[in-house]
Amino acid sequence: MAALWTLSLLLSASLLGCLAVTSPDGSPLPHNLPPSLGTNSSDGSLSVDLPMALRVFSMDYHHVQAPFEIVLWIMLASLAKLGFHWSGRVPAVVPESCVLIMVGLLVGGVIYGVRHSAPPTLSADAFFLFLLPPIVLDAGYFLPGRLFFENLGTILWYAVLGTLWNVLGIGLSLYGVCLLAQSSLGDVSLLHCLLFGSLIAAVDPVAVLSVFQEMQVNEQLHILVFGESLLNDAVTVVLYKLFESFLRLPSVSGLDVLLGGCRVVVVGIGGLCVGLFFGLLAALTSRFTSRAQVIAPLFVFLYSYLSYLTSEMLHLSGIMAIVTCAATMKQYVEANVSERSNTSIQYFLKMWSSVSETLIFIFLGVSTIQDIHMWSWPFVCSTLLLCLIWRATGVLLLTAFVNKLRRNAVTFRDQFIIAYGGLRGAICFSLVFLIDDFPKKRLFITTTIVVILFTVFVQGMTIKPLVELLYVKRKKRALPTLSEEIHSRLIDHLVAGIEDVVGYWGQHYWKDKFEQFNKKYLRRFLIRNDRQASSSILRVYQELERREQRGVEEEAPPIVDPRSQGRPLLPEEMESIRRILSRNLQNFNNKTPAYSRHTLHQDTSVDRTRKPLYRHQSLGERYSYNTITHFQGEDGGLSEPQRVRTGLSRSHTVCSISPRSTLLDSSVSAGLAQTRSTDPREDLVSPRHQETVERAARKHLSFVLENEKQQ
Amino acid sequence: MGSSSSSRNKIPNAQELMDQTGFSSAHLLRLYDRFECLDRDNRGYLSPDDFEAVGGLAMNPIGGRIIDAFFSSGQDTVDFSSFVRILAHFRPTDRNRNKEGTQQELPNSRTRKLKFAFQLYDLDRDGKISREELLQVLRAMLGLQVTEEQLQSIAERAIQEADLDKDDAISFDEFKKSLEKVDIDTKMSIGFLK
Repeated sequence: MAALWTLSLLLSASLLGCLAVTSPDGSPLPHNLPPSLGTNSSDGSLSVDLPMALRVFSMDYHHVQAPFEIVLWIMLASLAKLGFHWSGRVPAVVPESCVLIMVGLLVGGVIYGVRHSAPPTLSADAFFLFLLPPIVLDAGYFLPGRLFFENLGTILWYAVLGTLWNVLGIGLSLYGVCLLAQSSLGDVSLLHCLLFGSLIAAVDPVAVLSVFQEMQVNEQLHILVFGESLLNDAVTVVLYKLFESFLRLPSVSGLDVLLGGCRVVVVGIGGLCVGLFFGLLAALTSRFTSRAQVIAPLFVFLYSYLSYLTSEMLHLSGIMAIVTCAATMKQYVEANVSERSNTSIQYFLKMWSSVSETLIFIFLGVSTIQDIHMWSWPFVCSTLLLCLIWRATGVLLLTAFVNKLRRNAVTFRDQFIIAYGGLRGAICFSLVFLIDDFPKKRLFITTTIVVILFTVFVQGMTIKPLVELLYVKRKKRALPTLSEEIHSRLIDHLVAGIEDVVGYWGQHYWKDKFEQFNKKYLRRFLIRNDRQASSSILRVYQELERREQRGVEEEAPPIVDPRSQGRPLLPEEMESIRRILSRNLQNFNNKTPAYSRHTLHQDTSVDRTRKPLYRHQSLGERYSYNTITHFQGEDGGLSEPQRVRTGLSRSHTVCSISPRSTLLDSSVSAGLAQTRSTDPREDLVSPRHQETVERAARKHLSFVLENEKQQ
Repeated sequence: MGSSSSSRNKIPNAQELMDQTGFSSAHLLRLYDRFECLDRDNRGYLSPDDFEAVGGLAMNPIGGRIIDAFFSSGQDTVDFSSFVRILAHFRPTDRNRNKEGTQQELPNSRTRKLKFAFQLYDLDRDGKISREELLQVLRAMLGLQVTEEQLQSIAERAIQEADLDKDDAISFDEFKKSLEKVDIDTKMSIGFLK
């Protein structure tokens, strides 16, 4: 509580500071509502001076105004974020985005009260050019590639068809509402409604990410919603621009509509190509950075941003470009640059995207306080309702189709989360400001703000409890017996193994082909010569490991403890065992670490000595870097076992094993340390555990060392 | 499918395999491609290290056992027909088979599937899952997350639930009975061609 008070004091201090130095016409970002803001001119410089003498003390605020204010805003945003995380139980209930918007509302209100004019708003240019790219870059760089490509069909299905469904549905029904309410809404034309539909239907990646962050959902679901929000940018932007140009044309013909359809494809694929180009260029550049390692991280950011700007210039999908660029360059850059540069890249990405996101939400809050609102009950309420309805029906319909083609069916609970988790955010907000002026523009702005606030607050806050409610309901069916549970798990592992043998999903064929191409051409070209493949020493080591591993697995001497015979298991124990079993299957088959917006991969926070061995998880195939650390930590087992496919691992990358024995020791001891933390009765168990840990560590080691790459 | 006849010629005993396992020629072809893919040195048979090169198996807690299941009775090579016969266990059960007697013979019947799973436990092939064997599998699956004591109690409880003739081991029939509510046919099936 004390911390809370301290931080709110800090916050208000910075607020006042912000107000004090904000000169009346100043604002860090240009705003595009010229008529409504008062402008007083003032020269912000004061001085204490003696007449005709040298000035001892002077202040020239005007000189530093712009950067000063920008920094103050960022400071405010960051302090708010700090305060949020220190505020005890608030994070559990309210998602961060809500708190930030509320802070923004507060600040906006204060500014309005003090200056009696609208506070600075989020300009569309600033948003699209400065605030959005870092977030999308971060998302693209840490994108779980395998999951994404496995679910690519479903994601595209949702993104393209789902968005189309939503846009047309919302647009047409809104037009119907406008026709019904002729008196107040008569001058909103069909095209305007469609335009509005196109911008309001888009699911926003920023909002989605920030809310899903706090919900433990399974990986597949996360990638579905997130991937959809990324990819529907292409569709949204095209439709938006299409309808906007239709509005400017005197008439619209069928040909124009057809051309519009082609544009979607061009925009999407164009963005992809631009991203690929810059990604490969970045990879190539990073190859030569060995002599100037310090600036290596810079190239990542420069090239990604270039790709974004280029595609924006060409009216292609900037989001797709930057995501593709990041995803493409990642494996090569990580191979080429030093360890520290890698860490720098990751940290900077996280930091910038975090700051961006915070700023966006604060400005959303601030921009809500304006005096240009126009309210219309039927329009606003019907928009809200229609958004929900169309999204729900869209998801249901599409999933019904797509489940026939998928192996892991999207369950009803997942569908609910997808539909309910379709949050709108700042993209809609910026797009609505860009509409050409027409009488009802202010109505659109107000409605957009209401929809955004509704989705972020109401949906954002209630999604977690609702999900848990649904889960709890499903748990009340008859529990399986322990034998069933164990044998089912065994069979799941078995089927997963057989699928690996069979190389399930024709995707693997393409994946193998790509990996071969990658290894043969791309890696040779893009990765430094001294970091490329194989060594015979390692092969021999692996062989020895493998033989040892098989030997150890077969013996496994049992220790029968007479004391524990016949003791019945308590229900809590059953429950924990069940959870362990299900989590275990997930962990063993989940190759990618859980994507988390606000934290880096766990390996950077874990024991340093283990880092070199497990670092290159993302190269080639994605192997779980460390199942030992997975054992503690979040209880992710909310749903059916998720199976992630792996392919034949032909591409090999190896991590450094220079102090091999010490690494083994350190990993074993780290593993031991962790088991010790979870196991109080170590005296009885530690020799056993040591053996199992060693065995496990060796297993993991031998497995990780399948990746050959020398540091 | 003009290429099927020529490619079927690549596969020895194709017709016989198809009859015995129920795979179609398209399935067989795909499996043959996969076999060749796994067989990196083009020897015409697979050995354990070919299996171990499959990435997912190393991570699988029972990966070693699955690999062993392919190598029957002491041999250390797997040729294509044995490969296919093992994989035939995982074919989805045909629902509209109405020939009598053939259901039992096909490798993908429910009983055969369960037998395959049973044999993953029963390494010494004595027809029963003893407590030790169960413990080994549990240890492999649960890893480091449970204490030894908990493992013992889990195994104890599992045997108590399933063991009807009180011989302190789970026979195949008891195994089948404990899984009667589980839809094995769907659980243990993979779509080979998708």
